[in-house]
Amino acid sequence: MTRTAFERQLLAVQEDMLVMAGMVETAIERGIEALKTRNVNLAQRIIEDDLKINRKRYETEDKCLELIATQQPLASDLRTIVSVLHITVDLERMGDHAEGIAKIALMLADEPPLKPYIDIPRMAQTANDMLMGSIEAFKDRDPARARAICDQDDEVDALYEQVYRELLTFMINDPRTIQRATYLIWVAHNLERIADRVTNICERVVYLVEGHIEELNVSKY
Amino acid sequence: MRETTTPGQAAREDGAHTAAVSVGGLPYRPAHAPETAPVVLRLDNVAVAYGERPAVQDVTMDIYKNRITALIGPSGCGKSSLLRCVNRMNDLIHSAKVTGRVYLDGVDINSDAVDPVQARRHVGMVFQKPNPFPMSVRENVAFGPKRQGMSGRGRLNEIVEKALRSAALWDEVADKMDQPGTVLSGGQQQRLCIARVLAVRPEIILMDEPCSALDPVATLKIEDLMRELARDYTIVIVTHNMQQAARVSDYTAFMLASEHGVNGRLIEYGATNEIFTNPKDKRTEDYITGSFG
Repeated sequence: MTRTAFERQLLAVQEDMLVMAGMVETAIERGIEALKTRNVNLAQRIIEDDLKINRKRYETEDKCLELIATQQPLASDLRTIVSVLHITVDLERMGDHAEGIAKIALMLADEPPLKPYIDIPRMAQTANDMLMGSIEAFKDRDPARARAICDQDDEVDALYEQVYRELLTFMINDPRTIQRATYLIWVAHNLERIADRVTNICERVVYLVEGHIEELNVSKY
Repeated sequence: MRETTTPGQAAREDGAHTAAVSVGGLPYRPAHAPETAPVVLRLDNVAVAYGERPAVQDVTMDIYKNRITALIGPSGCGKSSLLRCVNRMNDLIHSAKVTGRVYLDGVDINSDAVDPVQARRHVGMVFQKPNPFPMSVRENVAFGPKRQGMSGRGRLNEIVEKALRSAALWDEVADKMDQPGTVLSGGQQQRLCIARVLAVRPEIILMDEPCSALDPVATLKIEDLMRELARDYTIVIVTHNMQQAARVSDYTAFMLASEHGVNGRLIEYGATNEIFTNPKDKRTEDYITGSFG
């Protein structure tokens, strides 16, 4: 007995998850772009597109539940479905963080820029690299890579600390910057949360391949 | 995944905590929880051959008291042959030769000193198709105790009622005690056969595909009953239904037949939740995910 139809459906939910990861990556990238270029239209678009990410999550969840109910998957098949369910929740939340950045971009669009953005785009780039790396590790069933990606979370944490301190200094020196600096701390916080959620994805890759849950990186924040 | 621990981790950190946890009224034993039950049955290098043809080879495994152990594997892999070693049913098959040792509470039941009839008193068996004797419901259940020399209508009635209650059948047959066992439904007949086994108070109950002739509702009733019975008995079940093994058993043993390069060997044996979520052997993985079989 081979289960061709089941295998096809199992591949389909994984493909859905990959598509969703791509949507989230774009949302993060565009969020930072909207912030840097004060592009209100782009920020609006990210907020609208987040609905699509949410919808994709529920669609994937539906398909996974249907597979569990109708096919009674076991062993690595079961672990694959459980992992997809968890990862899509993480991706959906990451999409919300990207949407949060877009909303801040809207709020800052009419304000004079506080400073050139350097560390925040670096944080976003690292978080996105981590995200796509974790998805590759999932595709390749590569727990070693998943573990290595988690180490990058420390870089994001370090950048977050740097951004936080710098913005604190702005606020101390000139109270008129408090509102803008606070908004930017929120942006950095969103990026820090995104990188944290990537470590959850990496933990699922280890679970998928090795069958056990392992806490890979305890973030400082 | 940072603030939480898995149930397994919590259990490892606080062993005493696990005993208090229950799911749906049944005790919940998380994966990796250390086994506390004693070994009641030990198979040591057991092999069965029919004439020249080996059906089971080199099976060594411990069966734990008050646990349900499922034997799974494709047709012809030796599950039923192995099961029959435990109550010397292979004695009844002329060409069958059993080697190795089967210890029940430390006694080798295959030794010449052990009377097979006595061995079967300690190890009851329920078969694939319900096989009530051609007699009344009451007589079906009283049959074993009578054979053991028990007498007195009052005492026998008491034993019969207790066995039928334990088999979750009493309420359905209390007013049919003198009707033939064969008038009951398939599921009821199977529970009658279980009551017949319980009446002689065995230590171990062997079940050879006990639900394969039953509809899903009757099957779930038997599975519920098995969980109840595991409080007092040790159960070993052969099943083709992997979902049933997953639902009902504490331990699962996977066996493979000769077309896969081995003759009736035990491939993997472990806690059911481990076998069905994270089997260690590729062949187990392939079988339970439906890649073959």
